[in-house]
Amino acid sequence: MNPRDRTLVTLVAALVVLLAVGALLPPWQFLATVALAKGCAVLGLMLLLRTGLVSFGQGLYFCLGAYSAGGLGQFLGVTDALVLLAAGCLVAAVVAVVLGFLLANYRNIFFAMLSLALSMILYGLLVKSQALGSTDGFNVAPPTLAGWALSGHDGRFFLYALACVVAFAGALTLDRYFKTPLGRLAAAIRDNELRVEYMGASVRQAIHVKYVIACALAGLGGALTGLTVGHIDPEMAYWTTSGEFVFVAILAGTGSVAAPFLGSVLFEIVRSVAYQHSPNTWQLALGTAMLLVIMFLPRGLWSIFATRGKVA
Amino acid sequence: MRELLPVVIDGAIYASWLFVVAIGLTLIYGVMKILNMAHGSLYALGAYAAASLGGAWFAGGHSPYASYAILVLAALIVGLIAGPLLERGLLRFMYGKDEIVLLLVTYAVFLILEDVIKLIWGVDPYFIAQPYGMLGNLDFAGLTYPVYSFVLIAVAIFIGIGIAWVLQRTRPGKLLLVVIHDREVSLAMGINVSLFYLTTFTAGAMLAAIGGALTAPTVSVVPGMGVEVIVLAFAVVVIGGLGSLPGAALGALIVGLVRSAAVHYLPQVELFSIYLVMALVLILRPKGLFAGFEARKI
Repeated sequence: MNPRDRTLVTLVAALVVLLAVGALLPPWQFLATVALAKGCAVLGLMLLLRTGLVSFGQGLYFCLGAYSAGGLGQFLGVTDALVLLAAGCLVAAVVAVVLGFLLANYRNIFFAMLSLALSMILYGLLVKSQALGSTDGFNVAPPTLAGWALSGHDGRFFLYALACVVAFAGALTLDRYFKTPLGRLAAAIRDNELRVEYMGASVRQAIHVKYVIACALAGLGGALTGLTVGHIDPEMAYWTTSGEFVFVAILAGTGSVAAPFLGSVLFEIVRSVAYQHSPNTWQLALGTAMLLVIMFLPRGLWSIFATRGKVA
Repeated sequence: MRELLPVVIDGAIYASWLFVVAIGLTLIYGVMKILNMAHGSLYALGAYAAASLGGAWFAGGHSPYASYAILVLAALIVGLIAGPLLERGLLRFMYGKDEIVLLLVTYAVFLILEDVIKLIWGVDPYFIAQPYGMLGNLDFAGLTYPVYSFVLIAVAIFIGIGIAWVLQRTRPGKLLLVVIHDREVSLAMGINVSLFYLTTFTAGAMLAAIGGALTAPTVSVVPGMGVEVIVLAFAVVVIGGLGSLPGAALGALIVGLVRSAAVHYLPQVELFSIYLVMALVLILRPKGLFAGFEARKI
């Protein structure tokens, strides 16, 4: 559409760089896989942010995705990574379709609060369910890919590569979606809902669809996290997990589909470095960074890269 | 039926705690339209200050019965320092932004305060159990309750009536209602709105800290103690209706009774029963049971 649109080139370049770095630097793989997985959840949140909605409950779908993938492995013996990822994504999407009928009526802090309440309900359920390991959660069986074990030196690289490809596909799909009429409604809804209705589009329906996409991405991210970390617990549905996604989304900004992943990788690096050196002050640094971004870079860190004068 | 009375008493005790913890949140939202996520951190700050100051008081060998005043004093100090610092130093630059941006700002403050607490008090737990144990127990309806719990109920009622009295019977309180009703017109009429904002936020911070200070004797004061309180307080004020004083009281009662009923009859659902009620209320009455005065907005 736009000859100057370099998103595809950027994403392909990012994929190649990520794969190369992963191949050369094995210790980087784990951190980056988790970061990309969480980046998927943040990517979904970014879609909601562009629509003017903040969900403090994406942890619900993140956790659902992880538990679906982990549960399939644990109770049914399914270990194929692709199946597990698809399952996590699907379960999250189905739940989001149902809850979306409800949430699509809410805006502003009410949307934030209701989504938070819903994720806390799941947290409360999981904490009390002995079969799923209560507060301890349970271990996820090592995944396989087409019969190959995704563990050991090579296997871990393949899991990392899978995460890269999943993130790439997610980002590309969402970028294409943003360029469809329905996708372009996001900014319109954020700016003036009433006029969108006058134009003949259903705001409710648009928000519902966006919510389902966002939640499917969160489920995908959760499943990927579960497979990578090898352990899942109810903490994933706690509101602080959702808060972390919001944090990364705000920090990264909504300027590009690559921003959530960049933000997520940065966040994980800062966290692991800061956690080693000053475990008691890293949140302080995060909070300060967030305040600075809200005040001076309302479009997030990505706006530094974006060309000046280009209106999002 | 035999079990009903304990359920009600436990519910009332828990409700009074919730009310004290949540009232500052609804006050700040009602006046300033800020849903303060740092509320839980202010609660934790109050608890820590109370544990430190109270600990020093007992170590000094002073009269143990004055320790209750010390708890409250600690909370007032926290409120007086943190309230103006946050309002003047940060929030006043944010007025006029979206409610959701303000929510994110206070979320950042929450992150910062969580670590400030660790920097000041370290990560080891603090205990200040004397004020709790000192009052002894009371046999009531065949069960034994700590007297301290009944003190908490009295404090909650006192705070509730006190705030209602200030709002309805005093000049500053009435002016505050005017500010809530229409900020611009009150500015034009010569009301010092920014002073009211400062006072309200400080009062809200103090109330959060009092909640923490009064809880400190009943728990171990540890990092992260405010994290759960935030969502509980949210649940209470959302159920009652954001910014509504009777709403907060009703929300606290509902949550208190629901939780105590869950604990007595169906312990598995204890934790999520609260959020289930919150979600149900949001679904049926999105603005809460005591919806604010929305009509004035147009």
